Amino acid sequence: MGFLVVILIIIGLVLVVGIGLYNRLITLRNRCDNAWAQVDVQLRRRYDLIPNLVETVKGYAQHEREVFEKVTEARAKAINAQTVKEQGEAENLLSGALKSLFAVVENYPELKANQNFLMLQEELAGTESKIAYARQFYNDMVMKFNTKLQVFPSNLIARIFNFAEKDYFEIEESAAREPVKVSF
Amino acid sequence: MYEQIAANKRKSFFLVLIFLLLIFALTWILGRQIGWGVEALIVAAVISGGMAWGSYYSSDKIVLALSRARPLRREEYPYLFHTVEGLALAAGLPPPRCYLIEDTAPNAFATGRNPEKAVIVVTRGLVEKLNRLELEGVIAHEMAHIKNYDILLQTLAVVMVGVVVLLSDWLLRSFFWGRFGDRRRAKRGKGDLGIILALVALLLAVLSPLIAQLLRLALSRRREFLADAQGVMLTRYPPGLASALKKIAQDKEPLEVANKATAHLYIVNPLENIQGKVNRLFRTHPPIEERIAALERMSSPGGQVGPITLDKKRERI
Repeated sequence: MGFLVVILIIIGLVLVVGIGLYNRLITLRNRCDNAWAQVDVQLRRRYDLIPNLVETVKGYAQHEREVFEKVTEARAKAINAQTVKEQGEAENLLSGALKSLFAVVENYPELKANQNFLMLQEELAGTESKIAYARQFYNDMVMKFNTKLQVFPSNLIARIFNFAEKDYFEIEESAAREPVKVSF
Repeated sequence: MYEQIAANKRKSFFLVLIFLLLIFALTWILGRQIGWGVEALIVAAVISGGMAWGSYYSSDKIVLALSRARPLRREEYPYLFHTVEGLALAAGLPPPRCYLIEDTAPNAFATGRNPEKAVIVVTRGLVEKLNRLELEGVIAHEMAHIKNYDILLQTLAVVMVGVVVLLSDWLLRSFFWGRFGDRRRAKRGKGDLGIILALVALLLAVLSPLIAQLLRLALSRRREFLADAQGVMLTRYPPGLASALKKIAQDKEPLEVANKATAHLYIVNPLENIQGKVNRLFRTHPPIEERIAALERMSSPGGQVGPITLDKKRERI
């Protein structure tokens, strides 16, 4: 009789701990989703700023058609990205396109002094910083979640309920990886 | 970086534990002496807590008024707002309000009873004299204080000091007035203390208030180290804060609105410049050299990744 009680107590404990771990995994996963949503908010803000920026630059540099197209295309691609990985790649492309745009601006001193342009530039810079911070927070949350998926004993619960690991939001500067060509 | 954060949290916990042990010791001795140990503790906690509650609840309004800070408008320093909002995102907090003190001495502090009601206050000197990387380091440090509920912790520490002061005061009185209350109560508390124990108790009663203050200040210093480390976790760039601390410490201008009541809140104690040498144990903040050394340990390979948006940050405001 006593033996049965002990078994029941052990099963009870296992259940309680199991429920606790399951709930913890759910909480951590939701934090990741929330963190991603924050990144998304900042990305949308950036997309909203870009058309304004392009128009302002166009006002002074109509013939730089190639650069404008590059930016617009990259922006469209980024807006339509579905997965975290796709988003990362699209953002990378967009950053590269914006870099080219700002490089072009260097040739137009009146544009550089334009108040509207300066304000947009500051806003864009601020938004890019915020994207970086939101991304960092997302990655921190992903680290906590993935770690919990891998350590014992929560990995058992994770396996039973099919919790999947999340991807980090990696932005690899493919442009930075190419060798720099210097020509005079 | 992670190791420093964990170590600082452990040491804070340890200090709070010692504090609690001190309170329990006093309660126990008081119980033996006059038979009213736990009841005395409850009364002391209520008195001390009640006095502190008001200041904690309205901590943001009170401190802002004391420091003559005014709300900052976005157009004045858009970069500051971007920094505060960005770091709030990195910390997973709602963005705090920004206030300004019109003083050319660079300094900053955070207040507010919880992250939703938090406020970050900077001086004009801070935003004018620090470059973007340094400013980020300072704001990140303040954000860490908010995230850690350090204002709440400081208030609790003040309450505990109050409890210790009250308990030790009553203990001392009980010695002066002989057996407090009637002999029956004392006998219920298992009789009178032996001579040795009485001496120890007397010593404890006299020294406790001092010990409590030292504990509170040690805790304050430990939380500063923790805020430094966690701030760096937000920016991933220790040299930013290190450089800011150096600059602030070297600036010899006194902060006019600072006084003893608010000095401990600032990122660098504004009164140390004026008062000269302050005894090490009584400092609310750790010495700047130690803070910078701790930050530099985080910069070694394997401990740090690098500034987040490399190209955007190199200019002054």
